[in-house]
Amino acid sequence: MNIGLTQVLFVSCALFFIGIYGFLTRRNLITMLMSVELILNSVNINFIAFNKFLYADKLDGLFFTIFIITIAAAEAAVAIAIIINLYRNYKSIDVEEVDTMKF
Amino acid sequence: MLSTALISLIPLLPIFSFVFIALVGRKNFPSLCGALGTIAMLASFLLAMTVAYEYFFVVGKVNGIYQQLIPLKYTWLQFSPNVSIDMGILLDPISVMMIVIVTFISLMVHFYSLGYMKGEERYATYYSFLGLFTFSMLGLVLSSNIFQIYIFWELVGLSSYLLIGFYFDKPSAVAASKKAFIVTRFADLGFLIGILILAFYAGTLDFQTLIARLTSFTSQYNSIISASFLGVSALTWGLVLVFIGGAGKSAMFPLHIWLPDAMEGPTPVSALIHAATMVVAGVFLVARLFPVYVTSPEAMHIVAWVGVSSSLFAAVIACTQTDIKRVLAYSTMSQIGYMMFALGVSGYGGEHGLGYMASMFHLFTHAMFKALLFLCAGAVIHYTHSNDMKDMGGLRKLMPVTHLAFLIACLAIAGIPPFAGFFSKEEILQAAFRSNKAIFTIGIITAAITAFYMFRLYFNIFWSREYQSHHDHEGHGDDAGHHSEAPATMKIPLVILALLSIGAGFVPFASMVTSDGAPIATEFHISFSIAPVLLALGGILLALSFYKKQNNKPEQMANGINALYRGAYHKFYIDEIYLFITKKVVFNLVGRPAAWFDRNVVDGAVNLVATITGKVSFLIKGIQSGKIQSYAAYFFVGVIGFVLIFVYWWT
Repeated sequence: MNIGLTQVLFVSCALFFIGIYGFLTRRNLITMLMSVELILNSVNINFIAFNKFLYADKLDGLFFTIFIITIAAAEAAVAIAIIINLYRNYKSIDVEEVDTMKF
Repeated sequence: MLSTALISLIPLLPIFSFVFIALVGRKNFPSLCGALGTIAMLASFLLAMTVAYEYFFVVGKVNGIYQQLIPLKYTWLQFSPNVSIDMGILLDPISVMMIVIVTFISLMVHFYSLGYMKGEERYATYYSFLGLFTFSMLGLVLSSNIFQIYIFWELVGLSSYLLIGFYFDKPSAVAASKKAFIVTRFADLGFLIGILILAFYAGTLDFQTLIARLTSFTSQYNSIISASFLGVSALTWGLVLVFIGGAGKSAMFPLHIWLPDAMEGPTPVSALIHAATMVVAGVFLVARLFPVYVTSPEAMHIVAWVGVSSSLFAAVIACTQTDIKRVLAYSTMSQIGYMMFALGVSGYGGEHGLGYMASMFHLFTHAMFKALLFLCAGAVIHYTHSNDMKDMGGLRKLMPVTHLAFLIACLAIAGIPPFAGFFSKEEILQAAFRSNKAIFTIGIITAAITAFYMFRLYFNIFWSREYQSHHDHEGHGDDAGHHSEAPATMKIPLVILALLSIGAGFVPFASMVTSDGAPIATEFHISFSIAPVLLALGGILLALSFYKKQNNKPEQMANGINALYRGAYHKFYIDEIYLFITKKVVFNLVGRPAAWFDRNVVDGAVNLVATITGKVSFLIKGIQSGKIQSYAAYFFVGVIGFVLIFVYWWT
């Protein structure tokens, strides 16, 4: 079976919704962070796939992917810092317990 | 030569003293502020005298006619190439005369207050306000632009408000200052509209240009006469509205109600308000626009009749009041009425301008003797600690200087030769006699009443009965019955002003201050003076028989004309009428509906918006749960929704 654009998009779509599902249902902040990474990676796969199958002579998609990976790394560092602070204040990283910011 | 800097310093010195005392002196050396203000005033007075000398005897006269000089003109706000608000100085006989009067009376008041206000808690503040007041009035008389005069006009209103309400812990003083401010402000509205009408048709705000254009009768500026509203030409409307402003400041009937209440201020301030500043501003304004007024006979009639009726009205009230300052307040109103009707019966130029000259002359002499009267009253009040003539009597031996000064002032205001008031009053009556016999008759009756009530005041204060101190039994440390008459700082101004009240009548006014600048010859008819002087003497003799010794003649007289007496005692119920109109008519017919509209419609609309917002927020506040995952879910659902909309509907 030849692997074409459709198959790759299926994979990235599945990855995206798995990420969304994890982000909405997991209570642990670290797991939620991992879900966000899944979402980002599904986008990366999209970029690579479109670049490869539609505009093989260009490199734009690759550049975007590299940028996203870099930004994701930085974002993860910030997120981890926030999580550590949360833990210091609440002695927990359960997102259900961090609901002080309400009306 | 007249140097611009010197002239500008005349009004600037008082304002410097005001700013300096208010910002620096009041905190650091309050007890020196009085001397400081007085020195600034003295310098200002000397400069004013120099300017007056230069103007009247050196540079002012060209070919025997006094010119209008503009030593300073600075374009301040330019609206269009032709219309601008300037700040300038206009020198002509009346403004030069006014700066001399204002600085002189203000100097006397400053000096007098050194003694009178001594030990007062807000002594420095008082002097700073005096500086502001003098500055405003000097700026007013020197204005070269009708809008500039309006600015200073309001400043005069403000500073009088500050000074009348000087004892702000006394509710009556607070009420009086508010009354003065509101009544004059009400009149100023008329003034402002009048300015706009005149300036609109003349196309300028500058006095000289405005007067030249409105009196030229060329076709370009004639529309002010052809344009009419309610059957009266726009010119007359403008002038009458300006006169309303002047009548408010000058306390002409029916806008006089603030003046008697203004007595709540310190007595020297009353002297300043009544003699030199504030109340003569209205007369000055009419005199300043006099060439324009002459072109409208209707406006002149209004000026004349308002003046003469105020004059008689105030004189009648003055006969019944017992507060000595109130008597003086009504006498001021009466004398200002004299000046007004003198302007109203006058014509322009040459012999016809007699009334104008007489009015300015009376303004000048009145400033002297009225300041003297008030300062004497201040000394009496200082001595007896009372305003009411029932607490006085027999003071002539205890206060010899004050007694003599007061007697001179009374003779001057009654118009007995050779005191100052005689000459100016004579000119006024002569001018009235030439143009309007009815006004002349009322004027001469008023002169007799004036003599009567002034001497009623005099005999009640200084004769009548033995003085009994009301303070002996109150346990004052010093024996109030035996303390001396007044400190020297209070006596010296009395002596100076008394000398001037004798001598001011001999100033050759007819050759200096006239409507067109050219000297006029006044012939003096002894035969004409006989009637007014005899009537004044009659008034004095009547007062003598009534009040020299305590007797029951006044009561009999009052009972004989009971209705009139009671009416006059209650000031003809003008205050009550005002109260009735404001409380019953304005409050009920305008105030209450407006308040209802405000509370229900305006507030209601605002409250409705607030209520809706509140209710909606209450309903949806549950959405903001603080749970990040539910936010993410809303966001995600929203994104899906948008995607669906864009993919399927937005094609």
